[in-house]
Amino acid sequence: MSKFEALTGNDAVATAMRQINPDVVAAYPITPQTSTVQKFSEFVADGLVDTEFVTVESEHSAMSACVGAAAAGARVMTATSANGLALMWEIVYIAASNRLPIVMSLVNRALSAPINIHCDHSDVMGMRDSGWIILFSENAQEAYDNFIQAVRIAEHPDVLLPVAVCQDGFITSHGMERVEIYDDDEVKAFVGEYRPQWSILDIDHPKTYGPLDFYDYYYEHKRQQVEAMENALRVIQEVAEEFNRKFNRTYGLFEAYRLDDAEVAVVVVNSTAGTAKAVVDQLRAEGLRVGLLKPRVFRPFPAKELVDALRHLKAVAVMDRAISFGSMNNASPLFLELAAAMTLHGVQIPMADYVFGLGGRDILPREIESVYRDMLRTAETGQVERMVTYLSVRE
Amino acid sequence: MATKLALKELIKQPMRLTPGHRLCAGCGASIVVRQVLMAIDDPVVVTNATGCLEVATTIYPYTAWNVPWMHNAFENAASTISGIEAAYRALVRQGKIPERNVKFIAFGGDGGTYDIGLQALSGAVERGHQFLYICYDNGAYMNTGIQRSSATPMGAHTTTSPAGKKIPGKQQFRKDLTAIMAAHGIPYVAQAAPSHWRDLMKKVRKAVDCGGPAFINILSSCNRGWRHATDETIDITQLAVDTCYWPLYEVEDGEWRLTYKPKEKKPVEEWLKRQGRFRHLFRPENRHIIDELQAEVDRRWERLLRLCGEA
Amino acid sequence: MAELKGWRDIPIGGMILEAGNAVQYPTGTWRAFRPVFGEAKCIHCFTCWLYCPDSSILVDPENEKMLGFDLEHCKGCGICAAVCPVNAKVQREAGETVERDDPRLCIRMVEEGKFQE
Ligand SMILES: Cc1ncc(C[n+]2csc(CCOP(=O)(O)OP(=O)(O)O)c2C)c(N)n1
Ligand code: SF4
Ligand code: SF4
Ligand SMILES: [Mg+2]
Repeated sequence: MSKFEALTGNDAVATAMRQINPDVVAAYPITPQTSTVQKFSEFVADGLVDTEFVTVESEHSAMSACVGAAAAGARVMTATSANGLALMWEIVYIAASNRLPIVMSLVNRALSAPINIHCDHSDVMGMRDSGWIILFSENAQEAYDNFIQAVRIAEHPDVLLPVAVCQDGFITSHGMERVEIYDDDEVKAFVGEYRPQWSILDIDHPKTYGPLDFYDYYYEHKRQQVEAMENALRVIQEVAEEFNRKFNRTYGLFEAYRLDDAEVAVVVVNSTAGTAKAVVDQLRAEGLRVGLLKPRVFRPFPAKELVDALRHLKAVAVMDRAISFGSMNNASPLFLELAAAMTLHGVQIPMADYVFGLGGRDILPREIESVYRDMLRTAETGQVERMVTYLSVRE
Repeated sequence: MATKLALKELIKQPMRLTPGHRLCAGCGASIVVRQVLMAIDDPVVVTNATGCLEVATTIYPYTAWNVPWMHNAFENAASTISGIEAAYRALVRQGKIPERNVKFIAFGGDGGTYDIGLQALSGAVERGHQFLYICYDNGAYMNTGIQRSSATPMGAHTTTSPAGKKIPGKQQFRKDLTAIMAAHGIPYVAQAAPSHWRDLMKKVRKAVDCGGPAFINILSSCNRGWRHATDETIDITQLAVDTCYWPLYEVEDGEWRLTYKPKEKKPVEEWLKRQGRFRHLFRPENRHIIDELQAEVDRRWERLLRLCGEA
Repeated sequence: MAELKGWRDIPIGGMILEAGNAVQYPTGTWRAFRPVFGEAKCIHCFTCWLYCPDSSILVDPENEKMLGFDLEHCKGCGICAAVCPVNAKVQREAGETVERDDPRLCIRMVEEGKFQE
């Protein structure tokens, strides 16, 4: 029987980790992720898991140990944020390229400098080309659910890629919410036993991992990663369907909220989607046809599916907690990619980008409302007033 | 019963590093690897930091390794092996794989160990993982073209400490990494050289059976960087030991012990003059560098003798 | 050189599943000098075998004999000759500098171009 508990996002993920009972966890403290590994250490100390918890001396070593452990055929997890992820960088790519199904809880936080511990998405956006699967979570429940599904996605033989499960630093990671925690056995049954195809501990069949790979084969190995990403799009949906059936949820590649008959929509990931839903309800009460699209899967980027969900609209705003500095109009990564997807799929809808919430700057419902009102005007005039807006930055 | 440390017996062991690797002719690195792995009868799992050894032994689709082997990156051979070792313990404990008495070995060059990988190594031994870290110290970043490292001897010419008109080679003494590792208080630390193969193999055996993390620093000639003929590898290694530039000793549970004392301590010059990287030191204006180096070698040797209760 | 394979036909992640397949790679072509036996009798001490960086000293483990050189892989570094104790003895007894290709040695290093069967 499942039960409802009041948990923070970090506690929810730690609970998922306890239920999954990974073989190895290697992690290093960093706000706002820290309470995940603290909680998990308690599970280790109390003998509730069989995990070897490797208390590394840095995030670089955390990911390095994860890579070693995953090559050994262990089920492996880690957690980090911002600077920690940045320190891992080199090995983040290696984990994906070596095709190791590591699962990471990434509690989104602004990258330095200046140093800042609060939420934005500059950390995850930097890893978007690294070969990791990236899932976003609106709240603690989704972080918990995504984390459980991530294990199945990562370990699927057609995928074998690491997965990062994102949640917003402090907002989700430290906010207490009502979370439905499933029965331990049901979670265990859902994730199943991991049966790795290869292991460096297979003494009788010695394998070489991580050789020097020149121009004659490196490219082929990269092509394989493309294939794995393509397969991942299918596997993510299959795993979600099974999860939905079993735990009575509605996961897919994204969530569409009052979008079907909408004229304008906002696209936004993670916790802000929750706030935006309330704004949608409020504007709908005024009779305005507004909706929301909340991507869950960012890597692989479900371009066609997103375009199909948005193609009937008259204006689309993308809201993102990150800037791709020096990109076209210094826009946000999510906007750039979605705009490209729309255009390349032949869908010409006015689109605007709203950067917000950097370094944990609050995003208020009335600001989201202003985005909707901009879009409603655009829907009428067909004109985008400003391609990129930096919401609530002081002049 | 462990295989006797006699060559007649050792030739019967399976070959763990095959020929067909692409290390330079006469490279000391493969000699070190062969001796280390030859000493261990149990199964081994190896990690290898980026560097000449890694690059030259695993050029895809070929591998010279007949044992499970992993390269992750330059600075993380120790953290990678700690992950593998942790996985091994977790999987054995849960009965998911059989206990095989596996020995975990990490190889890193001096760059990957003294410099960029020191933090990962320090962390891994502090955590107490059961593994043996072997630094094959050839005294420079050879793989990228002979740049100085903190293991490069003072006075040596490298491509980033060139013997110029004003600055005649590297300005600093070698970092004493072996002593740094001993200061971690781990069960076994040693310094060895392939010229003294039996001593080296005994140390490897003690290291893998010490029940905790172990570190051995092994001098490894690079004829390209040191600039000597390819057939002088062992001879010059022997000279490093006999001049006490590279003393052979071990620190077992905190007890320092000299494992080889040269009958006659040779002047360090004897070692220097055989290598092109020191050629400029023999110009009259650079004589003082040889003297300084000698003084430092003497100072460290005397200290070692005191630590080993030999002074 | 093996024929290059397509991405579907190689293991993922850059893994090499065939341990020790570097033996298929001939490094003997690098050699400028070739080790050959001279007149002095090999004492089968295996010092050359121990120090050869390329595992290119062929031995018969059962009969405990040094057999010769794996010329497919030997890079001609000359370490085997340099560490050979019989060579050292020949050198000592000659009382003069003995060239590396002197016929009196146990292991001689002969220039590849000058080598004759
Ligand atoms: C993070 C990182 N920085 C730099 C390099 C470039 N690099 C590769 S090997 C190497 C030098 C290796 O030196 P050492 O560890 O002494 O091994 P050697 O090649 O001398 O055997 C360097 C600088 C790298 N691969 N990764
Ligand atoms: S450069 Fe030096 S260390 Fe590197 S393979 Fe050649 S001899 Fe060995
Ligand atoms: S010349 Fe060098 S590579 Fe050839 S057999 Fe002798 S030691 Fe080995
Ligand atoms: Mg080096």
